[in-house]
Amino acid sequence: MTKPLLQVRNLTTRFGHGLGSVTAVNNVSFDVNAGETVAIVGESGSGKSITALSILRLVPEPPGKIVGGEILFDGLDLTKLPEEEMRAIRGNRIAMIFQEPMTSLNPSLTIGLQIAEPINLHMKMPWQKAYDKAKQLLDRVRMPDAKSRLSSHPHQFSGGMRQRIMIAMALACQPKLIIADEPTTALDVTVQAQILELLKELTRETGSSLILITHDLGVVARYADRVCVMYGGKIIETASAHDLYARPLHPYTRGLMASIPRLDQPPGVRLVPIKGQPPNLAQLPPGCSFNPRCGEVIDRCRRDVPELMHADEKHLHACWTSPHV
Amino acid sequence: MQGYIVRRFLALIPTLIFASFIVFITVRLIPGNIIELMLSQNDVSASKQTRDQLEAALGLDTPIYIQYFKWMAGLLQGDLGKSLWTNTPVMEEILYRLPITFQLGMMALLVSLLVGIPIGVYAALKQDTVGDYLLRTLSILMLAIPGFWVGTLVMVFPAMWWGWSPSVRFVTFSQDPWGNFVQLLIPALILGKAFSAIIMRLTRTLMLEVLRQDYIRTARAKGLSVSTIVIRHALRNALIPVVTLVGLQAPLLFGGAVILEQIFVIPGMGLLLLEAVGTRDYPTITGVFLVIGVAVVIINLLVDLSYGFLDPKVRNR
Repeated sequence: MTKPLLQVRNLTTRFGHGLGSVTAVNNVSFDVNAGETVAIVGESGSGKSITALSILRLVPEPPGKIVGGEILFDGLDLTKLPEEEMRAIRGNRIAMIFQEPMTSLNPSLTIGLQIAEPINLHMKMPWQKAYDKAKQLLDRVRMPDAKSRLSSHPHQFSGGMRQRIMIAMALACQPKLIIADEPTTALDVTVQAQILELLKELTRETGSSLILITHDLGVVARYADRVCVMYGGKIIETASAHDLYARPLHPYTRGLMASIPRLDQPPGVRLVPIKGQPPNLAQLPPGCSFNPRCGEVIDRCRRDVPELMHADEKHLHACWTSPHV
Repeated sequence: MQGYIVRRFLALIPTLIFASFIVFITVRLIPGNIIELMLSQNDVSASKQTRDQLEAALGLDTPIYIQYFKWMAGLLQGDLGKSLWTNTPVMEEILYRLPITFQLGMMALLVSLLVGIPIGVYAALKQDTVGDYLLRTLSILMLAIPGFWVGTLVMVFPAMWWGWSPSVRFVTFSQDPWGNFVQLLIPALILGKAFSAIIMRLTRTLMLEVLRQDYIRTARAKGLSVSTIVIRHALRNALIPVVTLVGLQAPLLFGGAVILEQIFVIPGMGLLLLEAVGTRDYPTITGVFLVIGVAVVIINLLVDLSYGFLDPKVRNR
C-alpha cells in the first residue's frame, strides 16, 4: 500500500504554560490518504480546529505552541520546518478554507486580487496571468459573470458566494490537501448543501485530499470516507464513515448520533441529548475525559486514561466499556 | 461624486459666515482698542476730537453690524480690507504668508506620518517586547514635552555651546529651495513631534486590532510573508481612522505653528496673526481666521474624499 499523504503522529498543542496551560490537542494521530476525505467531528472546544491550524502551523504563538508529535506531509515533518519553507507550503500544497466567509476575506481588496495572490506568489505567475487564472477558478466554483466580478469587493457578495470565493482561493495552486474548517456552519441550510457538493466535486476532479472539520454528523455521513471523533482534545474513535454509523463503539459517538433529529423516526420519539457540558480543558477529570457525562461509566473509566484500541483493523476506539477491550 | 463635492462646498458657506461673524465680534472685544494703541505711540494725551477723527478715518465709528456688512460686501469681491496700521491689503499679506505656513504644516504632517506609521506598525508586530515598551514610553515623552520648550532649547543651547543657532533670516523657496527646506526642517520636526506620537499610538492600536482579524489568518494561510501581509492586507484597513485623525488634528497643527513661527521667526500666518492680535489690527485678524477656517474645511473635505479611496464600501455608495 502507498504511504499516506499526511500522517499526524502524537500531535500535542498547548496554550499557555505552567499551571494555567491548556492542552487543546492531546496526543492526536491520524492519516489522510491521497484523494481521501477525512472528517474530524466534535463539539466546540474539542480541539478539532486547533488540530487543523496546527497542521499549517497557524496556531497563534504565543500563547499556543505545538509541544510534541510529528506532522509528516509528503515525507516532510512540518513541525520541524523553518517558517520560510512552511510559507512555501501554505496556500500552495496545503490550502485552508475557514469557517466565517463574512470575515475571512479582506474587505478592502478586490476578490480578483485575493484569489490571484497565491497564484502570483507560489506559481510565480505575473499578475495579469494570475488574474486570468482567478477568472477560470471563479468559473469553476460557478460564480456567475466571473470576469466582471473580479474587481468586486467582498461586501458585494452573499455568504454562500463568499465561501465559493474561499474555495476558489484554496484551489488556486492545486493543493494536494485542503483543510476545510466548518466551511458551511455560517451558511443557510440550502446553501450548505451546494457548497459541500461543490467542494466534493472539485476535490474529486483534482484528486486533492480533504480534511473536513465539522460538528454535523449528517455532513460526515454523506461526504467523508473516514471519520475521527474528537473529545476533550483527543481522538476517541476513528473508523470508516460507513462503519462508524453502523457500529459506533464509543458512548460519546452514540450520544452524538442520538442527538441528531431524524425524519425517518416515528413522531414522538424524543431526542436524547448528551447530558452535561463539554469539558473544561484546563481541568480535565482523571481517567476518561468523558466519564462525568457518560451513562455507561465503570470504575476503570475514572482511574485510567483510555488510549485508542483496535476493534478491528480500521476501527479504533478509546473506551473501557467496549466489548473489544 | 461631483455633486457630493459641490454640496460640500455649498455647506461651507453658512459655516464660514457664522465663523467670520464670531471672529469679527470677538476681536473687537479684546481689552485695549487700536485707537489707544495708536495714540500711545505718538501723543498720549490726545484730545477727544483727535480720537474721533482717527476712529472715523479707520472706519470704526459706525455700529459694529454696519462694519460687518461693509466687510462682507468687500469679501464678496475678494477684498479682506486693509491693515489698519500699514494700509496694505490684508489679502496681499495673507497670500504672501499662507504658502510658508502651508509648507511648514505639510512638512510637519509628512514627518509625523513618516515617523508615526512605521514605528506604530513595528510596535504592533513586536507587541509587549522591550522595543514596544521603549517606543511607547518615547511616544508619551514626545506628547508630554511642549513644542515651544523644545523650540526654545534649540534656539538657546546650540548657541551657548557651539555658537550656532538656526538662521532667523527667512529664505523663501524661490530664492533657495534647499536652504528653505533646511530652515523649515527643525520647526517642522518639533511641530510634528507630538502628532507623530499620537499617530504612532493610534497606528499601533489599530494594527493590533486588524492583525487579529480572520482575513489576516486567511492571508497567512496563503503563505504570504509578514511584510506582504502588513503592507497589502493590514495597513490599508488600519489607516482609515488615522486619516480621520489627520483631519481632526490639522487645525491644532496650525495652532502649534503660531508659536513655532514666533520662536523661529518664520514670516508665516502664525506670526502675522500674533502681530495682528498684539496691535489690534482687526481686519488682519479676521482675515487670517477666515483663511484658516476655509483651510480646515477643505482639509476635512479631502479627508472625507480619501475614505472612498481607502474603503470600498464608501466608494460604492
